[in-house]
Amino acid sequence: MTLAQYWHCFVGIQVREWLRFWQQRTRFFSALVRPLLWLVVFAAGFRAVLGVSIIPPYDTYITYETYIAPGLCGMIILFNSMQGALSMVYDRELGSMRVLLMSPLPRPFLLVTKLLAMGMVSMAQVYLFLLIARLLDVEPPDWGYLAVLPALLLTSLMLGALGLLIATWIKQLENFAGVMNFVIFPMFFLSSALYPLWRMKEASPWLYWICQFNPFTHAVEAIRFALYLQWNPQAFGITVLVAVVLAVLATAGFRPQRTRILSSGGKAG
Amino acid sequence: MSFEARQISFQYGSKPVLKEVSFTLASGRFHALLGPNGAGKSTLFGLMTRLLALQTGELLLNGQSLRKQPAEAMRQIGVVFQQNALDLDLTVRQNLYYHAALHGLSRKEARKRGDLELERFALVERANDPVRQLNGGHRRRVEIARALLHQPGLLLLDEPTAGLDVGSRAGLNEHVRRLCEEDDLTVLWATHLIEEVQPDDRVLILHQGRLLADGEGRAICADQGQTNLADTFHALTGAGHS
Repeated sequence: MTLAQYWHCFVGIQVREWLRFWQQRTRFFSALVRPLLWLVVFAAGFRAVLGVSIIPPYDTYITYETYIAPGLCGMIILFNSMQGALSMVYDRELGSMRVLLMSPLPRPFLLVTKLLAMGMVSMAQVYLFLLIARLLDVEPPDWGYLAVLPALLLTSLMLGALGLLIATWIKQLENFAGVMNFVIFPMFFLSSALYPLWRMKEASPWLYWICQFNPFTHAVEAIRFALYLQWNPQAFGITVLVAVVLAVLATAGFRPQRTRILSSGGKAG
Repeated sequence: MSFEARQISFQYGSKPVLKEVSFTLASGRFHALLGPNGAGKSTLFGLMTRLLALQTGELLLNGQSLRKQPAEAMRQIGVVFQQNALDLDLTVRQNLYYHAALHGLSRKEARKRGDLELERFALVERANDPVRQLNGGHRRRVEIARALLHQPGLLLLDEPTAGLDVGSRAGLNEHVRRLCEEDDLTVLWATHLIEEVQPDDRVLILHQGRLLADGEGRAICADQGQTNLADTFHALTGAGHS
């Protein structure tokens, strides 16, 4: 296959994702309600309880809204990636996955492209969220919006690959409620999304270490630092590493027969 | 486009679904894969399309192993699945373009080939309608048109008439036979409906994972001492008339 053929395929998958996004734009906007509720309601309630001292990348005292905004960007991607991965192997996307897998191009390329395409739509949602957050006085530097792009894309790939891995291999988690309880919530709450880790350390060293081992923590920190135009090689490096490892595992280990792609009943007659 | 299956066996867990199935498909001919529900037809299609990994045996396309040359094989195979594989919210044309892109075709080439297929399948007027607005027969035609976009030599159809009314079923069957002649296309049409098979078709009868007969319909009937395919099928499988 030539490079041009890979390119046409890459573009075709992206275009299809955007066309679907446009068809389902009401869902896109309604999915924004969740992070905005966190930002407006939860943060307002907790602002009084949680004092945030000056910690990098911030160089002054910040509001709690400002603190949790990067975590909520991560949350948007987390929900979308898990939902997207589940729909790839269990429901809405089954037809398109059948067509996808009939392509002569290598499966890892097809799957990573698909995950990236879903990630792009997530990113559009993140940017819209950041725009609304700006109206609510969460104001990162202007260039931060551009600098955060690679971190957002990597986070999308990392979480999309994790979702695909889980959806393919853990049968017990084939519905969204299961994934929410056993993946999304633990990843979100055991991270630096809602509270700085030094606070967690004060509360429980155990929990602190669990947070440290949670790749979502590092993705959120990569987003946070980039958004404020600071370079956090550790957070970024860990996010890159985990994204690559998960993408390799999820795509190389992908088995259509472990999904409902072949037939909606799981096993064909 | 010749195709050969050699000693294919497959099992889900400990349950065997295909047992030492061997056959060849002759270039440019219509082949009917006949079997009751649960015979193993979809599993065979899963293996031929690489959605299932081969366990034992070998599949050869023009003498090349599907296992060793998967990309080359997928370029040569067009598939129509039993379940709908169209994006219902996208238009007919958008669905075709997506498929074309997956096969590495440029937008220009996709448009050219798409227009040709739309015309051939009498779908030009519906080209910009969302698939959701099409009836079952039209949707199936879109799926076949799509499967032919990359100009494969072998077309696999897994119970393509499922859910269609009698008129649409006959129309679709006739249409594919015409394609077979016009394009020198090798076709494997899986069905459990005997009325979709003609006496001079090459017929493969699959039952409980075993290939019970392989040959021209008329010859299989003669071998079994029967006068028609329905009775032959019944005699071989013990199934009722479909």
